Amino acid sequence: MLPTSAGPPATPGPAIEARGLSKRFGPILALDRLDLAVPRGSVFGLLGPNGAGKTTTIRILTGLARPTAGGASVAGVEVGLDEPRLHHRVGYLDQDPRFYSWMKGRELLELVGRLHGLAGSALHSRVGEMLTRTGLTAAGERRIGGYSGGMRQRLGIAQALIHEPEILFLDEPVSSLDPEGRRDLLELIAGMRGEATVVFSTHVLSDVERICDRVAILDRGRRVIEGPLEELLAAHARPIYRLVAAPGQEEAVAGLVERLRAAPWTTDVTAGAGLVRITVSDPNAAASGVLPMVVAAGVTLESFERARPTLEDVFLELVGPAAPLDLDGRGFVRPREVADR
Amino acid sequence: MTGFAALLRKELLEQWRTTRLPVTATVFLLVGLSSPLLARFTPEILKAVASGQFQITLPTPTAADAYDQLAKNLGQFGALIAVLLAMGSVATEKERGTAALILTKPAGRGAFLVAKLLAIATTLGIATAIAATGAWFYTLVLFEPLPVAGFTVAAILQWLALVAYAAITFLGSTLTRSSLAAAGLGVAAFIVLGILSIVPTIGRYLPTGLGAPARGLALGQPGVDVLGPTFAAVVLIAVLVGGAWLAFRRQEL
Repeated sequence: MLPTSAGPPATPGPAIEARGLSKRFGPILALDRLDLAVPRGSVFGLLGPNGAGKTTTIRILTGLARPTAGGASVAGVEVGLDEPRLHHRVGYLDQDPRFYSWMKGRELLELVGRLHGLAGSALHSRVGEMLTRTGLTAAGERRIGGYSGGMRQRLGIAQALIHEPEILFLDEPVSSLDPEGRRDLLELIAGMRGEATVVFSTHVLSDVERICDRVAILDRGRRVIEGPLEELLAAHARPIYRLVAAPGQEEAVAGLVERLRAAPWTTDVTAGAGLVRITVSDPNAAASGVLPMVVAAGVTLESFERARPTLEDVFLELVGPAAPLDLDGRGFVRPREVADR
Repeated sequence: MTGFAALLRKELLEQWRTTRLPVTATVFLLVGLSSPLLARFTPEILKAVASGQFQITLPTPTAADAYDQLAKNLGQFGALIAVLLAMGSVATEKERGTAALILTKPAGRGAFLVAKLLAIATTLGIATAIAATGAWFYTLVLFEPLPVAGFTVAAILQWLALVAYAAITFLGSTLTRSSLAAAGLGVAAFIVLGILSIVPTIGRYLPTGLGAPARGLALGQPGVDVLGPTFAAVVLIAVLVGGAWLAFRRQEL
C-alpha cells in the first residue's frame, strides 16, 4: 500500500457499511432501504439485472450522489458529496470512463497520482508501472482522444489503482474489454483479495463466480440476498440434471419431458436442441427416478450429468424469470433462453 | 482546497492544449494593434469614402482616442471572449463525466472551481497584457507615449472587468449542465450591467465602472479614484465564486 496522508486511520469493522440506503429519482425508487456490510479484504460482487440499483449504490458510496434516505460509511468515513478524506482511501472506475481527450494517457495518470499526494520519482515510477501493468506503455504518450473503448477502460483501471487503494469500486469494469483484457483484469482483481476490498458490479454471472468470494444480488433497488458465494450456492441453488439426447429423437424427447414434468420431484423441466435440463426438489428421488423414465420414453442418451449448481441457478431462483441477465458476457438473454441452452 | 496545485496545473495545461490561450492572445493582440491604427486613420478612411461628395470635419485624433478605441474593443470583444472561455468550464465537465472522474479523487470541489476560474483569469491576463503592450507601442508610434505605470494599471482594471464577466458566466456554468445556458447568463449580465452603468451611483461600482478610472490612469490624469471600483469588482468576483461553490458542493455528478 502506498501511504495516504490525509485519510483517517484504518478502523475495525466492515470496509463498507450501508444502512437503509434509499435513492429516489422522481417517481422511480432506484434503491430501497439497502443494507450492506462488505468485509475487509473481500472481493464483493454486486449482481443484478440492468436497473437493479448497482450503479446508484456505487455512485452513493463514492460520493457522486446523495441518498434520499439512509447513510453509509466507507473505510470509516461517512460518505458525502464533497469528502476528499474518503477519496484518499478509494479507487473508482466508472462503467463508461470519461477522460480529457486532449490529455495523454501518462498525463492523466500523473494528474491522478498528484491528487493522491504522489510526487517526483515515486510518481514517475508508479505511473510507469501502471502503464506497463495495463499494457498502455506505448499508448501512454498518445492523446486519450484517439484511444479505443478497451484502451480507455484499461486507462480507467490504471487511474483507479495508482494509489493502491484500500477499497476499489469497479462498475461493470470488463464491459469494453476483449477476452484477453477481461481475463487479465479478472486475474488482477482476484489477486487483490486479502490486500484490498473490491466491490465489483456486473450482470455477468460467470465473472462473479470466477473472482468473488461474497455476493449481493440486487433487484429493483432491493437487496435480494447477500453472503458468501458458496453459502448462497448451497442454500439456494437447486440440483440440476442435464441430459443430452442423441439426434433425431424429437418425439421421444418430448415424451420424456412430459413424463419428467409430471414427476413430483421436479420443479422445472426445459428442453431444446436435444438438451433436457431438469431442476429437482428432491435429489435422492431424482437420482433413482430420471434414468428409468429415459428408458421408458425410449430416448438414447449421449450424456447424463448432475450439474454443479451455479450462481445462475441462485439468480433465477431468487430474482425470477423477468430479469434480463448475461451468462457469459456475450449479450443479454432472458432466463427462459438461458434455461433452453 | 485539497488538490488545488495539481488541478491548477491541469487547467493551465488545458488552456494551452485546447488552444484557448493562443487563440485568445492572438485575438487580443489584433485588438491591441488595431485600436490605435483605427483611431489614427479613421478620419482619412472617412475622407476617402466620402470622395469629395460632402465635407466631413473631424478633430485631429489623439492618444486619448487610441486608448478609447482600445477600451471599447476590449470591453466588447474581450467580454465576449471571457463569456466563451467560461461558458463550458464546469457545465461541460459535468455533462461529459470528467468532473466525476476528478471529484472521486482527493480533490475538493472548492479547489476544482477556483483552479478553473484562475486558469481562465490567467488566459485573460496574458491576453490583456499582450493587447495593452501592442496598443501602447502603436500609440507611441502613431501619437505620443502614454504613461507606462498608469497604462499598466489601466490594463489591470480592464482585465479585472473581464474576469468579472467570466465569473458571472462561470456561476451559470456551475448552476447548469448547459454551456449555452451559461453563455446566456453571461450575455444577459453584460447587457444588464451596461444598462445599470448609466445610473451614476450604481455604475461606479459595477465592472463597467472600472472604465472611467482606467481611462484617467492611462492618460495620466490626476485624482483618479481606483480603490472603490476595484474593491467592488473584487468583492463581486468573490461573491460569484462563493455562490458557485455553495451550489456545486450540493450537486450530484
